Amino acid sequence: MNQLSVLVVVEHDNQTIKSSTYHSVTAAKQMLAGQGYLHLLVAGHQCEKIAELAAKIGGAEKVILIDSSELSHQLAESMTDAIVSIAKDYSHLIFPATTFGKNIAPRVAATLGIAQISDITEVIDAQTFIRPIYAGNALATVQNNGHQVVLTIRSSAFLAAVDTPDIVAIEKHSVSGLNQLAQLKSQSLTQVSRAELSSAKIVISGGRGLSSGENFALLESIADKLGAAIGASRAAVDAGYVPNDYQVGQTGKIIAPDLYIAVGISGAIQHIAGMKESKVIVAINSDPDAPIFQIADYGIVGDLFEILPEFDKALA
Amino acid sequence: MKILVAVKRVIDHNVKVRVKADGSGVELANVKMAINPFDEIAVEEAVRLKESGKASEVVVVSIGDISSQETLRSAMAIGADRAVLVQIPIDMILEPLDIARLLQKIVFAEQPDLILLGKQAIDNDCNQTGQMLSALLKCSQATFASLIEIEGSALLVTREIDGGLETLSLPLPAVVTTDLRLNEPRYATLPNIMKAKKKPLEIHDISQMSFSPLGQVKILTVSEPKKRTGQCTLFNDANALVSELQAKEAI
Repeated sequence: MNQLSVLVVVEHDNQTIKSSTYHSVTAAKQMLAGQGYLHLLVAGHQCEKIAELAAKIGGAEKVILIDSSELSHQLAESMTDAIVSIAKDYSHLIFPATTFGKNIAPRVAATLGIAQISDITEVIDAQTFIRPIYAGNALATVQNNGHQVVLTIRSSAFLAAVDTPDIVAIEKHSVSGLNQLAQLKSQSLTQVSRAELSSAKIVISGGRGLSSGENFALLESIADKLGAAIGASRAAVDAGYVPNDYQVGQTGKIIAPDLYIAVGISGAIQHIAGMKESKVIVAINSDPDAPIFQIADYGIVGDLFEILPEFDKALA
Repeated sequence: MKILVAVKRVIDHNVKVRVKADGSGVELANVKMAINPFDEIAVEEAVRLKESGKASEVVVVSIGDISSQETLRSAMAIGADRAVLVQIPIDMILEPLDIARLLQKIVFAEQPDLILLGKQAIDNDCNQTGQMLSALLKCSQATFASLIEIEGSALLVTREIDGGLETLSLPLPAVVTTDLRLNEPRYATLPNIMKAKKKPLEIHDISQMSFSPLGQVKILTVSEPKKRTGQCTLFNDANALVSELQAKEAI
């Protein structure tokens, strides 16, 4: 396959397209650099509305819709079969590096017998990419030498693509006999009224220093005033203060907001991997030797239980 | 039920890695190595399933150079029954799909009912191998597991997803990758470390396995990430900090 042809797999929940998709589209456009074509794939069940939303995303030429009851929970097995059914037309298959994309992309790559490049943060050209390794402590420049490649995109490293008035065509594909080995039994989603952690402009995170789940309330009022999302360190998640999906770090979410406020977080390697690309970092910690101060732009050394109420008041 | 657990030898997670001056990789000489933390969780889970009577045998497998024997011994000290090493030359570079293809061969030989892997290795941070192995085996997969239960002939796995949690029911055989919150691995006791030395460790040399690496992705260079510049400006109180953030239009 000589011509560049990129397929971006849209992440959605039947209601909205996840912001990760818009960031992936930007990375895809950088790979194309004006050559070849970009298609979007909307796969799922009763997701016509999502295809219509996808048709507005600027830069794509076409939206492919695969709608099947077998895709209702977007499980890796059936999604892989659906994606592989159209994969031969594309040189690049792109997924967001979210739990959605990380779950499916490698299965697609192995089914096609090709490599996957994970979590890219920079596009050098259509075949050369930069990705962090060792929790972001080193950057690898990697080159694809195959005719096809699967990639996952780190959202925080690319701006979001925007909608345009030009609405592109939606082409329906049907596939049958999708793998139904696994079944979804139940789902419990964390209800958050605040900004989404991975796309928020401001994030305030708590660590073990908060001492309890109740004390996360101290962050809530500040978060509401700043329009910020709330995150947490692994220590806070492991201690049961907040749910797992709050975790910022190598093994949790990797974010790069304009402002990151770390409260009671020491700054272990694995946490820093998840937030060090933030534009401005603020640390509030009682230990002046905490590693977080080595990467913070601003800080206060002191008791967070005194500082947070003051901070909250100063914002009023 | 027989469980196969794949483990990888990586730089210890507490070590601050150093990029080699020539950009060829990170410094691995004289650096403390350990079992990948997610794989340790996978071994612990397999051993717990055996201790609760749900599994009959736990086999650990690693693909690496001769030093990976040490990693397999530490997995056996946690409680695995025996080990398989696919030995590769020290300078051989394998991609996750290569690892999955080699693991597929071991799975064919061992016929396990459940295959456990860590969700990602903390060196290459790929998060691919389990999913790829599952695809090659054409079996079901559950990634990022934080709870594994056995219900009759099916496996119930609770997964950590971006919005919260979900539970899948999988027919066996299946591939499951572990997240951090699945369990707290035990410390291997000295008697168990001694016992692990006597457990069987079978070595397959890759040159005898009619295998050629994919070689699709080439690492051109490895570099240092750019350092955050400047010093941390410290304030005495929150009011001063808020004023500064407002002045800088950060809030």
